Amino acid sequence: MLHIVNKSPTERNALASCLAHAKAGHALLLIEDAVYVATAGGKAALAAAPAGLAVYVLSPDLQARGLGGKAAEGIKEVDYKGFVELVAAQPRVQSWL
Amino acid sequence: MSEGTVKKFMFVNRKAPYGSVYALESLEVVLITAAFDQDVSLAFLDDGVYQLVKGQDTKAVGMKNFSPTYRALEGYDIEKLYVERESLEARGLTEEQLLVDVQVLSQADMASLMAEQDVVLSF
Amino acid sequence: MAIEVNGKTYETDEEGYLVNLADWDKDIAAAIAVEEKIDMTDNHWEVVNFLREYYDEYQIAPAVRVLTKAIGKKLGAEKASNQYLYELFPYGPAKQACKIAGLPKPTGCV
Repeated sequence: MLHIVNKSPTERNALASCLAHAKAGHALLLIEDAVYVATAGGKAALAAAPAGLAVYVLSPDLQARGLGGKAAEGIKEVDYKGFVELVAAQPRVQSWL
Repeated sequence: MSEGTVKKFMFVNRKAPYGSVYALESLEVVLITAAFDQDVSLAFLDDGVYQLVKGQDTKAVGMKNFSPTYRALEGYDIEKLYVERESLEARGLTEEQLLVDVQVLSQADMASLMAEQDVVLSF
Repeated sequence: MAIEVNGKTYETDEEGYLVNLADWDKDIAAAIAVEEKIDMTDNHWEVVNFLREYYDEYQIAPAVRVLTKAIGKKLGAEKASNQYLYELFPYGPAKQACKIAGLPKPTGCV
């Protein structure tokens, strides 16, 4: 399962709910306003992530917010092509609105 | 549709009714999906549990009260309604306050159920 | 669009469905039936009244499959067939019976 979150965790509980339902072997992609989570300052919101959850961030959305190249350690940046590859690699997608 | 193509569809409802259009849109898509003889289930978690609270009366706000429609789902052969216990508890709700028969699941069981779906649709 | 009954005008959508559910009464139903070229018998009224009650309870017009099943439960198994409903409403129970009952077009109606 690829989980997609697009809202800041200080605005909505989508990320928290996602982390509570994600499992080992799943992937999480942070896009739009969720990319703040991928930075050193925002990473605390990922503390509840299950072990074995691979976390990705969409780099164009980071760049747009002045955070280009600032993804915290352990979080992989992907471009749109990488986004497509993630979708293709996982059997299902769940968007947390 | 032939039997071999039956897939497990889960509709995940996480928003309260009336404040946004998600809850009503979800319900409409569920009713349409019912025509295709798929394995459909509905999950209610986070603020989505508010959709099922008894006693909704929208007359004074001038919106359609669609809560009675959840009780029509049985007639559409949609009988798998799952509600997350932690979400109910966090909102001071009990199963008795819901307007339709549901199965209350722990967050862990809900997570496992989501993971075994073919398609997850979020609202 | 609109329909005129007993000197009053009632708003309908472009397909002839009544816009305001609360406008409905038997005279309006009869007038819509005339436009649909349906000669209303007791059997027709039974289905129309059933649809009104269903909508009242669930706030939706039922899909045909659901209508057929529910009618079987309420009015007897011999009436629980597509054939029976299509004989009464040749252009489809959803299209015609719902229209005469003053309900919106059913969700997912084909």
